[in-house]
Amino acid sequence: MRVMAQMAMVMNLDKCIGCHTCSVTCKQAWTNRSGTEYIWFNNVETKPGLGYPRTYEDQEKWKGGWTLNKRGRLTLKGGGRFKKLLTIFSNPKLPSINEYYEPWTYDYSTLTNAPAQEHTPVARPKSLISGKDMKIEWSANWDDDLGGSTLNGHQDPLLQKIADKVKFEFEQTFMFYLPRICEHCLNPSCAASCPSGAIYKREEDGIVLVDQDKCRGWRMCVSGCPYKKIYFNHRTGKAEKCTFCFPRIEVGQPTICSETCVGRLRYIGLMLYDADKVLEAASTTDEQGLYEAQRDVFLDPSDPEVVRAAEKAGIARDWIDAAQRSPIHALISTYKVALPLHPEYRTMPMVWYIPPLSPVVDVVKETGEDAEDKGNLFAAIDALRIPVEYLAELFTAGDVTPVDGVLKKLAAMRCYMRDINMGREPDASIPAAVGMSEEDMYDMYRLLAIAKYDERYVIPSAHAEQAHSLEELATECSLDYEGGPGMGGSGPFGEGSGAPTPIAVENFQMLQDRQTSDSLAGPDDKADRVNLLNWDGRGSPPGLFPSKGSDS
Amino acid sequence: MNQFLYVVFPYICLTAFVLGHLWRYRYDKFGWTTRSSQLYENRILRIGSPLFHFGIIGVFFGHVIGLGIPKSWTEAVGVSEGLYHFLAFSVGALAGLATVVGMVILIYRRRTVGPVFSATTRMDKVMYLFLAVVIFLGLFNTVAANILEDYDYRDGVSVWFRGIFRFDLHPELMGEAPLGFQLHGLFAMALFALWPFTRLVHVFSAPLGYLTRPYIVYRSRDTTRLGSHQPRRGWDRVG
Repeated sequence: MRVMAQMAMVMNLDKCIGCHTCSVTCKQAWTNRSGTEYIWFNNVETKPGLGYPRTYEDQEKWKGGWTLNKRGRLTLKGGGRFKKLLTIFSNPKLPSINEYYEPWTYDYSTLTNAPAQEHTPVARPKSLISGKDMKIEWSANWDDDLGGSTLNGHQDPLLQKIADKVKFEFEQTFMFYLPRICEHCLNPSCAASCPSGAIYKREEDGIVLVDQDKCRGWRMCVSGCPYKKIYFNHRTGKAEKCTFCFPRIEVGQPTICSETCVGRLRYIGLMLYDADKVLEAASTTDEQGLYEAQRDVFLDPSDPEVVRAAEKAGIARDWIDAAQRSPIHALISTYKVALPLHPEYRTMPMVWYIPPLSPVVDVVKETGEDAEDKGNLFAAIDALRIPVEYLAELFTAGDVTPVDGVLKKLAAMRCYMRDINMGREPDASIPAAVGMSEEDMYDMYRLLAIAKYDERYVIPSAHAEQAHSLEELATECSLDYEGGPGMGGSGPFGEGSGAPTPIAVENFQMLQDRQTSDSLAGPDDKADRVNLLNWDGRGSPPGLFPSKGSDS
Repeated sequence: MNQFLYVVFPYICLTAFVLGHLWRYRYDKFGWTTRSSQLYENRILRIGSPLFHFGIIGVFFGHVIGLGIPKSWTEAVGVSEGLYHFLAFSVGALAGLATVVGMVILIYRRRTVGPVFSATTRMDKVMYLFLAVVIFLGLFNTVAANILEDYDYRDGVSVWFRGIFRFDLHPELMGEAPLGFQLHGLFAMALFALWPFTRLVHVFSAPLGYLTRPYIVYRSRDTTRLGSHQPRRGWDRVG
């Protein structure tokens, strides 16, 4: 057993409202530079839909990920090492910019510079690639909310797989949103495709990164990644990808996309896995067995034997603790409600999803039936094959049994919690119907519905605290700031002298207070405090001094 | 004059070649890339690029044999003059033709496809000029030396070229060579001097290591440099 730790994410799709806040904040943080206009480390797709880049899920066309060769051994679907080198001068499977979209800006200056004229001047779209006028025909989320799906919907590779049973008819359709980042796979095919060896997986937390100094722009990673989450920066000529916001993760903060997620649907935590079993699991013959196989690679962090092996492998104690409290482990292995995205690509992805129950609930609601009744929901899950089969194509290589199981658990949770919220006697038979105890069900509800910031994000910081404080070291003890362990006080020359509080520490604590407090801004007793800026200096308004307590 | 053109100038150029690469590698690893434009345009590139690159690889090995291996060696293993020239001319002309056709296609693409042209730097244009001149002169020499006149470069140019690396200088041999060879040599030297400052550096990152390395690369966080600068003396990390 070779224990390794992996930072992983789970997204609860039932909560995603498709607001694209994650995409926008990610873009602001990482890809707002020239050359990265079309690069979305995080994007939100409407499903059914073509995805970004268009039809990226069609691996018969793009040849991403891994496949088993005739002898049953795992090989790159795009061809082995020799083939890669022979096609290096012109990558045959590279999506062109049109498969993404041609980025553009608007000629805003005409709005202010245009001479007086009869008609209002127009800001024309200008291509950011060629600089010429262009017609906008596609974008990162052109088919958002099923826009244009009567025209394009049938091109969705997943719908095509179940097409013999369903014709894509707009009136009967269902939809949900799928936010996607890099999967930070256990068996990354992008890294395996890189001729220069510039893409690496970090040993400590499994984050997959591109070494910008080693990348030579051969573009094989773009073809190798079945999720098309490696992008080619056309200005620098280097590959770029989602970094899992490693600078934030290292200091214990969640990624930008999670931090700003309005629906609070993302969970981040550690998974411990057995690195020796990854190859074997990825080589599972049956595609539909890959989900189970990957779950078997994960280790139970509470198992004393695993803890011993982890310590032996050099994983710090606080990381093991974090793995035990990990919401990811709970969702994937304990409650088994999270599923991997396209396990059939055999890359062992590490961003998992809780499939949405809402398409089913919506249909039941439209019929006028009670959409929180167990019987109705269970029957609907059984009857509504189209959404369920579609979800199965997405998460379990087409096997509907696990998806059925998860949806029924979610449905059961809905019914069970309704009884509790309505003040009725909880019905123990509901959790039992999906093989859970009442307590488990309630815990799962807590985690899915009301988990707070530090329950959703259990991120142990990297062991670099010391270096971080050294960064801003002046002349004094680096721990000597207010509230710090040094607490040396304000010295002989008063508060204003001496080294300032390290800005990183100040910011970090302020941010953390704000993130973990229940109110939107400010502390609980904000209303009782007095604003000194408005105080004219006379008398003592209430709240100027803290209350003396009950004894006075 | 010969002394300058065929002794001083080559040494200047080769020094620039070596030092330039060392400098570029040390200070501009980030800029060390193929700067591919495949994202902009794929259809023409798919024909032109492999044609050019495989052609030029052939041309390179042709030069290794023609310039690097003394005539006495090939004769010692029993390759007659006639056989050698037949092979050199046929394979050389084929590779040269592929290179030229590929290059013409690529330059046409670079000029006519808008996005590709706007991503072309001034250095690229200078480099293309020198590269094109060198390649055209080379192809011309291959044809001319074998058909029109009978110049055996292995007794002339090759000896001069090897002499540069052995400090056994024969500028007079170049002075006697036909004008085509002289110009080819001079422009090639100039191209070598330009080399480290252009996108041609990507030649040196031909990823042959890919054939032998493990598929997945793991790296540990660099514990010697945790902050944005090196820890000062006396602040070494404990443990």
